[in-house]
Amino acid sequence: MELYNLTLTEIAKKIKDREVSIKDVLDSTFKRIDEVEGKVDAFITITREEAYKEAEKLQQRLDSGEDIGVLGGVPIAIKDNICTNGIKTTCASKMLENFVPIYDATVITKLKEAGAIIIGKTNMDEFAMGSSTESSYIKKTKNPWNLEKVPGGSSGGSAVTVSGEMAFAALGSDTGGSIRQPASYCSVVGLKPTYGLVSRFGLIAYASSLDQIGPFTKNVEDAALMLNVISGYDKHDTTSANIEKKDYTKFLVNDISNMKIGVPHEFVKDGVNEDVKASYNNAIKTLENAGAKIVDIDLEYAKYSLATYYIIATAEASSNLGRYDGIRYGFRAEEFNDLEDLYNKSRTEGFGEEVKKRIMLGTYVLSSGYYDAYYKRAQQVRTLIIENFKKAFEKCDAIIIPTAPNTAFKFGEKTENPLEMYLEDIYTVPVNIAGLPGISVPGGFDRDNMPIGIQFISNSFEEEKLIKIAYTFEKNTNFNVEKPNI
Amino acid sequence: MSVSKEDVKHIAKLSKLYLTEKELEKYTKDLSNIVTFANELSSIDVEGVRPTAHILDIKNVFREDIREASYDREQILKNAPTKEAGCISVPKVME
Repeated sequence: MELYNLTLTEIAKKIKDREVSIKDVLDSTFKRIDEVEGKVDAFITITREEAYKEAEKLQQRLDSGEDIGVLGGVPIAIKDNICTNGIKTTCASKMLENFVPIYDATVITKLKEAGAIIIGKTNMDEFAMGSSTESSYIKKTKNPWNLEKVPGGSSGGSAVTVSGEMAFAALGSDTGGSIRQPASYCSVVGLKPTYGLVSRFGLIAYASSLDQIGPFTKNVEDAALMLNVISGYDKHDTTSANIEKKDYTKFLVNDISNMKIGVPHEFVKDGVNEDVKASYNNAIKTLENAGAKIVDIDLEYAKYSLATYYIIATAEASSNLGRYDGIRYGFRAEEFNDLEDLYNKSRTEGFGEEVKKRIMLGTYVLSSGYYDAYYKRAQQVRTLIIENFKKAFEKCDAIIIPTAPNTAFKFGEKTENPLEMYLEDIYTVPVNIAGLPGISVPGGFDRDNMPIGIQFISNSFEEEKLIKIAYTFEKNTNFNVEKPNI
Repeated sequence: MSVSKEDVKHIAKLSKLYLTEKELEKYTKDLSNIVTFANELSSIDVEGVRPTAHILDIKNVFREDIREASYDREQILKNAPTKEAGCISVPKVME
């Protein structure tokens, strides 16, 4: 047993009780990184030196009797679209390859206040656009369970740092499934909070009405602890919800009797891999055996979520990415004839294929003549999807659904046909469309021993229900204990 | 409704992107596929349904007009590709 094998909660306690020094923890973490990173390529930037400096400072404070926070001395990895003061934040794009933020995102400030140590920035799909981390300009991240397969995306690097035990937790962002789907592919816990619960200040925007930051962890207990740290009102984010803070660790109880779990039979009927379906059915049984009441629910509009998503998300992206003009920051083309040519060349050379595709699709659905048929209609369907969920939550406390219809696929397998890749998000996208919280927990393995994720969805700002159900599920299954052989 | 080559040329221009002939072919195909897929929404009855821009019940968010310290000029200019005399420099925009 190495220190890096412990959970976030366990290591934080060991540091606090001074059973181990923070330097010991970093030594173990970087030893693991040195062993594994060459195989999986999860990091874009590793901040070893800064981490050791921070460790020294924290240890001194701890030794002098100070409380250094609930994450005191714990190494954590950050997706490379979350701004870190003085540390390159690339969005895995040539456009921001050399961008060094001059401020911390609010979640980073909160992590630092809680004593966490940032050990690096993780690989992702370029500008978080993708489901496999293959669209990264920087490198390809491999799935620790099978190096020939993708880790999922867009927060693939973050999922791999936790799955490969190179970090005790990581932050990702989830616009259409970018935390939950890679969590599912890599057998870790991934939580996408309610829209507005966690500040987006300092998160490089993809689709502003859908983006949300959340944690990757080894188990549900750690997810609750991370959510405690990163949630809360922020005046710097105008869509931040000003509500009372909860202590999610209070809901780590192995008891779901009296809870009602909704099963959307129609929605999961077709297009799901056999093994995923089997794990899903087993998960329902597990909850039933644990005392939950299983009820049928109907999400008749959920199947339209994907089309709705690809209109709304790309429309917002085309607007958000308009800021990359080669003038104030980011990539500027070397040769150009005039200002217009500078804009065009900088964007043409700075953005990758998937990003360009989504900018153009977004521009198309917003352009005159198509606005009503696509963008406005998608916003209306969004309302219908939200109402669908509202009705469902009158009948149940939470919904159970697979996280993804398939397990991790091979590199290049779905890059030719974008629609096939997009379909991997069919069960995660409705959650973003409705702004709800969702958690993916390890739920089994397919015939090739690739991980399968099970997702729970609750009503807005009811993360405590997710924690309770996910914790109970975890305690009754223990899939999270299995680790990749790497 | 499908996307034509001419459409893609037009939206590439609006998006300030140059496309090679090969890219134009590829994007026309990809965008057509996605738009055709998105057309499934046209079968839904949305008559009288209010559009949702975002899910929170928040409207205009105001704050008191109080001055606060911001970042210093040197810091902000750090990421600018070219600068001159404490400003970001750009190519000449007027003859």
